[in-house]
Amino acid sequence: MAIKDLPELECILPGSAACPGCPATMGLRIVYKALGKNSIMVVPACCTAVIESLHPNTSFDIPTMNIAFEAAAAGASGVEAALRQLGKGDTTVVAWAGDGGTYDIGIQALSGALERQTNFIFICYNNQIYSNTGIQRSGATPYAAWTTTTVGGKTEFRKEMGEIIRAHHIPYSAQACISYPNDLYKKIKKAKSIKGPKYVEIFCPCPPGWRFGMEKTVEMGTLAVETGAWALYECENDAIIFNGKSKLILEKKIQPKPIEDWLKLQGRFRHLFKPKKDFKRLKEIQEHTDLVWERYRKCYL
Amino acid sequence: MTVMIDTGNYIAAKAATMARPDVVAAYPITPQTTLVEGIAKYLKSGEFKGEYICVESEHSAMSACIGASATGVRAFTGTSSHGLLLMHEMLHWSALARLPIVMCNINRVIGPGWNIWADENDSISQRDTGWIQFYCSSNQEIFDTIIQAFKLGENERVSLPVMISYNAFILSHTSMPVYIPEQKEIDDFLPKYKPKWKLDVNNPITFGNIVLPVEYEKIRKDMQYSQENAKKLITKIAKDWKKKFGRYHGDLIEKYKCDEADYILLSMGAIGAESKVAINNLRKNGFKVGLARLRTFRPFPSEEILKISEQVDLIVIDRDISVGFEGAVFSEVKASLYGKSDAKVYGFIAGLGGKDVTYIDIETICKKVIDGKAKDCEWYGLEGV
Repeated sequence: MAIKDLPELECILPGSAACPGCPATMGLRIVYKALGKNSIMVVPACCTAVIESLHPNTSFDIPTMNIAFEAAAAGASGVEAALRQLGKGDTTVVAWAGDGGTYDIGIQALSGALERQTNFIFICYNNQIYSNTGIQRSGATPYAAWTTTTVGGKTEFRKEMGEIIRAHHIPYSAQACISYPNDLYKKIKKAKSIKGPKYVEIFCPCPPGWRFGMEKTVEMGTLAVETGAWALYECENDAIIFNGKSKLILEKKIQPKPIEDWLKLQGRFRHLFKPKKDFKRLKEIQEHTDLVWERYRKCYL
Repeated sequence: MTVMIDTGNYIAAKAATMARPDVVAAYPITPQTTLVEGIAKYLKSGEFKGEYICVESEHSAMSACIGASATGVRAFTGTSSHGLLLMHEMLHWSALARLPIVMCNINRVIGPGWNIWADENDSISQRDTGWIQFYCSSNQEIFDTIIQAFKLGENERVSLPVMISYNAFILSHTSMPVYIPEQKEIDDFLPKYKPKWKLDVNNPITFGNIVLPVEYEKIRKDMQYSQENAKKLITKIAKDWKKKFGRYHGDLIEKYKCDEADYILLSMGAIGAESKVAINNLRKNGFKVGLARLRTFRPFPSEEILKISEQVDLIVIDRDISVGFEGAVFSEVKASLYGKSDAKVYGFIAGLGGKDVTYIDIETICKKVIDGKAKDCEWYGLEGV
């Protein structure tokens, strides 16, 4: 499927308050095309709560309920139950949360909703930071990345949210990236077609948060996949299939690009290159990336 | 109509079921547990036909109720003490979102140390969330107030969530006979919820997005206006209920033997019920004391209190303490009278941590005031402190 074949439906109206080059808005645009208009979205505190624009206006052409930071999955549970009571079980309920609202403060409500087999799609748009509050570290922030709360670079590796999700053995989960809109579209479409809890995580390179130019959002996502910093896969009923270049990396049909190729373009890793190259930490990051892929191969090949 | 003899929690479960909520989301906490167990039983028997979401925390219980209510259906939950405190953020959220969720709160002590007995500090500390707050003094009142609460909260001129509080164990686990109307009578009194706005795919609205200062202040002012509206509606609904079902527990306050009184005692919850026995004894012995039992803490019945303060002095018993100042009800009673009344007001803190407050204790408190031995504000019955 070519991009020109995606539905013409646009649910992001003109006048959104997103930053230029915003990956969340790009992702959401594709997500809406896949969901269609018979959908209700629940949004916790995150950049999207700003992107929606100011009351009494809205930039979203889909009914949207804002809710507190940790409450997206629980709020969506209530919407979903109510819709069934109203005989509108065919409406798709979507929780759309950032990585803070998913990995960290939102994980309890998310785990609860998955365990209860709630019929909804939880989408995490992951830009690896608390961006709405001004670039603070989250559980999704990678090792050595500068944030305003990890000034010398983060000292821990990020958690593998996908593995936590898969421990719930839900019917469908996937990882996507805004640089691959067709892949994202297909994954949301598939999630929509399956009953029960679904989880899709979208990798979202953030220009102001990661310190790169707003014209480079797509490139930064592509490089994340090509270097193995991010993996595209989907998991249906506990069977994992890697997609696109991630599949080739998994099967060792292509060699991933060195992680440095991705790191050096981002201001948040500048301290690894200037004033002098930090070989120790760069080596650690490459070794950790390799380790993650070895783990993937052991489990999923 | 039938008579059901059961505990406050099972009576609450019965009332909640008969109000036909579409969604109940709840998390267990002592002493609320038998309430949610009751609803689970009605779910199994088919009497409760809604969705029952067994969430993983009270925060999620209220969040799920918010989602359900915003989708345009009736939502109910129950909690207590620490559960209510965990909900605090979502209590503000549900009120600001103008969602008429109804919740029972079984008043219980806050830890540490762990203690499961009656104390009203849990709900008193939710004073400023925008929720309407009722305090019940009998199982019959619990039943009647739950049905009335949906009617009140869902009224377009109110559109606010309603909390019905009752004391741990003294009511939650004590059996009393309760008149239960027929389902049809309840349905006539409480028709299906028809919200003005809801999450609707045919009319896509964004709820709760960013709002600038002037608009936000309007939202707050409108909530205040709605709480004022609620005062009139509580009175009207109580009267309608009396007409239809023959039972009346008062409106914002319940007055008991207030005629020709020199002193009027103000109390809430279970102490309010015990106070009636004390008043009977005091009257029998020639002491002219009446009772004004507060049914609502929000909206606060300031006009009524001002009215009853004519020609009398007031005695307030708080089963709560705003640490660093005084009993919360005591403060609010004085604020209601400020500059408009010459009545003296005496405050007593009693029964914290579930400490028993019997009618004898209440008589002792009243006599201390009558004898001119009471301080403006004091703790009752604490020795060696």
